[in-house]
Amino acid sequence: MIDLLFGPFIEFGFMRRALVGCLALSLSAPPVGVFLMLRRMSLMSDAMSHAILPGAAVGFLVAGLSLPAMTLGGLAAGLCVALMAGLVTRSTAIKEDASLAAFYLISLAGGVLLVSLRGSQIDLLHILFGSVLALDDPALWLLGGIATVTLFGLAAIYRPLVMECVDPLFLRTVSRAGGPVHYAFLGLVVMNLVGGFQALGTLLAVGLMLLPAIAARFWAADLSGMIPVSVLIAMLSSVIGLSVSYQADVPTGPAIVLAAGGLYLASMLVGRRGGLVYRLFRGRHLEA
Amino acid sequence: MSCDRDGAIALRGLTLAYDRHPAVHHLDGTIPQGALLALVGPNGAGKSTLLKGIVGEIPCLEGRIERPAPKGSIAYLPQAAEIDRSFPLRVLDLVAMGLWHRLGPWRSARPHRPMLMDALAKVGLGGFEDRLIGTLSGGQFQRALFARLIVQDARILLLDEPFTGVDGRTTADLLALIRSWHDQGRTIVAALHDLAQVRGHFPQTLLLAREAVAWGATGAVLTAENLARAQSLSEAWDEDAAICGRHAEPATGPDHDHSHAHAHTHEHHAHGEGHHGPSPAKAASPPKPAAPDPARGHGHAA
Repeated sequence: MIDLLFGPFIEFGFMRRALVGCLALSLSAPPVGVFLMLRRMSLMSDAMSHAILPGAAVGFLVAGLSLPAMTLGGLAAGLCVALMAGLVTRSTAIKEDASLAAFYLISLAGGVLLVSLRGSQIDLLHILFGSVLALDDPALWLLGGIATVTLFGLAAIYRPLVMECVDPLFLRTVSRAGGPVHYAFLGLVVMNLVGGFQALGTLLAVGLMLLPAIAARFWAADLSGMIPVSVLIAMLSSVIGLSVSYQADVPTGPAIVLAAGGLYLASMLVGRRGGLVYRLFRGRHLEA
Repeated sequence: MSCDRDGAIALRGLTLAYDRHPAVHHLDGTIPQGALLALVGPNGAGKSTLLKGIVGEIPCLEGRIERPAPKGSIAYLPQAAEIDRSFPLRVLDLVAMGLWHRLGPWRSARPHRPMLMDALAKVGLGGFEDRLIGTLSGGQFQRALFARLIVQDARILLLDEPFTGVDGRTTADLLALIRSWHDQGRTIVAALHDLAQVRGHFPQTLLLAREAVAWGATGAVLTAENLARAQSLSEAWDEDAAICGRHAEPATGPDHDHSHAHAHTHEHHAHGEGHHGPSPAKAASPPKPAAPDPARGHGHAA
């Protein structure tokens, strides 16, 4: 069993690189996902992952399959959409989900147009499903850097971010931090999606961000518990997904996300906090 | 506590509006330091709007609000519906938000824990500090918000319908807390609907129906005649209301006069007629002074 799980990592360098990259992403993406989920913005990350596409496509058109070019392009497009959506939300009556939907659709359509201008279907598939088994040194540095910036960034804005989630009006009356904190958080979301897009592809980058976060909700009562649990679940999904993908010879990105999905379903069934089993077979009620 | 500095709020020809339709219209007056003022009026009279305006949530369309500058000096309790109670936050953390102006984003709240526990005990929530906010009842949650107000330690407290959906016992407890804040010399403005409560606990009242119907000692303000007038004045906004030609504030600086002069020309362009006061469509309005009305304000109770 241990050999089945860890054998490939001991044997092959590319598996070790893939593992390191996924673990780095598991450190940074799930905490961001926890906040997204609690702000009822879970689907926003899906939209953002599409919004990244035109930037990555421009990078691809300019420099071919080059990591820095596509990463920079993706970051620029994602931040641009986040900023525009945030600006529209804060200065008009339109809610955040609606303005984000508008901008991400524009962005996605632009991206598809750009990709189709040059490059074949195979290139597009590569962008969409990632290249986790071909992580080179710069890619690992990028993932590590993103994890570092995300964790320090979240620590720095943690308090105002929580206040902005619970009681934005209160935060506005005591401080002007609300706007900057919101944008900083959106920046972290975009950064992690770009990192995930490198490892897992745009379509599946969201999986490692959200599935562990949602699963963690079934195990921990408050934020201080949810964040570490979500990181643990993401790391477990990475190890399981990589092993399964190697043993069964299936694509790695989907294997990792499906592993996270499996852990989510298990959590939903047997989780201590509101899991289905506990709901069906709860103990007799207390006296007070 | 630290209430020695000026805690007064002055409203100068204040108009607050949604999409140009005034919700608070040409309001003049001063809420003195240490006042315990009830804000009374029918639904849609602009009570919440006025509080939001004072706290800076809505920009002044015309006129201005003079209030103490630092952000920490005003505490505002909105209607509870605006808070996400499903967020997994512990009661103690909610109350600790009140420490923001002292701690900012990074300093530890741990040294202040005894003070937070003390605030919880004062509102009768001792032992609730580790509960999630989603598990509190409506009344308990309102108590927790009052604990946060205690921790904020502000010189001016603005309370927007603080007792809506709260039982008698809790209301009595919270009213006692408001009384103790008043004794400490804080300025308190509360939007309320329960007139008996206002008569019993609030020495000053502002009866609002977009404009001040009456403002002064509670007994003199809450007369049957004034209340009927407030009711008739407060009908919903008029889609076709004409541009208001009333002077906002006679004694403002040149900047303001200039902007108002501009409004005047605009009005003449648009309608070719100048009229004073709100739209003539409001036939129910009692006769009101057509010209600037500096006297309308504090102590002008009918």
